[in-house]
Amino acid sequence: MPTMLEVTDLGHRYAAKDGVYTAIDGLSFTVGSGELVCIVGPSGCGKSTLLRSVSGLLRPTTGQVRLHGNLVSGVPADLAVVFQDYSRSLFPWLSVQRNVEFPLRRALGRAERRERARQALEQVGLTGAAGKYPWQLSGGMQQRVAIARALAYRPALLLMDEPFASVDAQTRFELEDLLLRVRREQDTTVLLVTHDIDESVYLGDRVLVLSKSPARVVADLTVDLPAERDQITTRESERFVAMRAEVARLLHSPPAEVAAPARERAGAVVGE
Amino acid sequence: MRRAVRGLLGLAGLLALGEVVGRSGLAPEGYLPPTSVVLTRLVELLGDQSFVLDVVATVLAWAIALGIAVAVAVPLGLLLGSVPVLRHGTRAVVEFLRPIPSVALIPLAIVVFGMGPDTKIFLAVYAAVWPILFNTIYAMDEVDPLLVDTARSFGLNRGQVLARVVLPNAAPFVATGIRLSASIALILVVSVELLAGAGAGIGKFILEASSGSGRMDLVFAGTLVAGVLGYLVNAGFEGLQRKLFAWSATTGEVPQ
Ligand SMILES: Nc1ncnc2c1ncn2[C@@H]1O[C@H](COP(=O)(O)OP(=O)(O)OP(=O)(O)O)[C@@H](O)[C@H]1O
Ligand SMILES: [Mg+2]
Repeated sequence: MPTMLEVTDLGHRYAAKDGVYTAIDGLSFTVGSGELVCIVGPSGCGKSTLLRSVSGLLRPTTGQVRLHGNLVSGVPADLAVVFQDYSRSLFPWLSVQRNVEFPLRRALGRAERRERARQALEQVGLTGAAGKYPWQLSGGMQQRVAIARALAYRPALLLMDEPFASVDAQTRFELEDLLLRVRREQDTTVLLVTHDIDESVYLGDRVLVLSKSPARVVADLTVDLPAERDQITTRESERFVAMRAEVARLLHSPPAEVAAPARERAGAVVGE
Repeated sequence: MRRAVRGLLGLAGLLALGEVVGRSGLAPEGYLPPTSVVLTRLVELLGDQSFVLDVVATVLAWAIALGIAVAVAVPLGLLLGSVPVLRHGTRAVVEFLRPIPSVALIPLAIVVFGMGPDTKIFLAVYAAVWPILFNTIYAMDEVDPLLVDTARSFGLNRGQVLARVVLPNAAPFVATGIRLSASIALILVVSVELLAGAGAGIGKFILEASSGSGRMDLVFAGTLVAGVLGYLVNAGFEGLQRKLFAWSATTGEVPQ
């Protein structure tokens, strides 16, 4: 599996009232082509900052991001982001349908654009809402529009920041399975931030556990579950239960030494 | 509906008060004609060709002035709003020009444009440019940075972000500026007709009715027409705005 994304010693400092605030510091990891990597970490540790740096929207203060070996300076082509603040990322003057078509304007003709948007809205269960405006929808529906827009774009690299946070449990399961299906069909590389430990294990090929701010990589766990996942059987399997316990442990009491995290197999205790 | 009813009740009350006060003899004979007399005069005037031409002259001057103000202020606002260097560079000039009351420019305008309609059009343009200009400049800053980031993340360049995000987002604010300016331009046109005289116009009609013969019934009737025009202009633009920009929560008034 060739490396797609290479994050090296990445750090970002925001200007703050009393000088600067270091949000992330010395983050390094790689993501292979077609991999789905989940990122978990304490609230406010810098997960969104990390995604923004990878997307090229934020210029890192230190370190670098490489995509296919090329240094990311602007926003790379073929990338889509589902922002944590999804409702603010929808264009209020465009209907749901037009919001989903928005990124397709440059590449596709009218008919094709329509069809793609229709499909994507159907996938997230919003066929009936195509003609509505974002402000006429509930938070969960808005979040699904943002997801549909990213999927319709069919990016090579998909960055998702807590994309299922506002939907109900049943819809969440469906969207998780949709993501797994879509990325397999389209060979999409996915970097997904979540605060839900179970979700990170269920979805991920790997789980990156971050430390408290400034975020560093505490552990890089490979999820050795079968590629085919199932909401019921996977979640009750022994491996799954062991993995989520491990992620939870790492989150709650991270090992002291995180400067040079080793890449561990699941089940191994990190930091010993 | 409730609001409309209350508004009509208020209006009826005012008219009734006018009738009572006009008939009470509180004011000297002819100073405060009762409502019924004013309304009768109004109906007669609407059939009077020269009065109708006065109204047309005022409305035409207003429309031309507003058109020019929009054509000047919107592009200028977009330019100043998107190029911070220009905006800061012109701030001193703008801060000097803006507070000058338009009517104070009447003598200057007469010297430059003469006594024709150009004078009132110029002064109305002068007054109407500012709300549109400020609303447009402000609107360019009002775009949610996350919308810009969203567009950028999908690979749009600066020009595309401007055309597809910043401008549509600015439209309701600009529209509010135009609505405010529409009322201001009408006030200016009528004021200049009244203060400086004119070949034709509602203001000229009121001026002539009040001077010499002192026909207060005609003055009130003319004033009523000006008031109704002003109301229609504002209500018309408000309705249009609600229809076009239902998505926008704001009516976008700029703190000036
Ligand atoms: N634009 C900014 N300016 C200054 N500080 C910022 C800015 N954005 C984020 N921060 C700070 O950086 C830290 C990391 O923020 P970030 O949003 O990346 O965290 P997060 O892990 O995504 O949080 P959450 O779990 O709440 O989504 C926070 O302490 C935040 O206050
Ligand atoms: Mg975040």
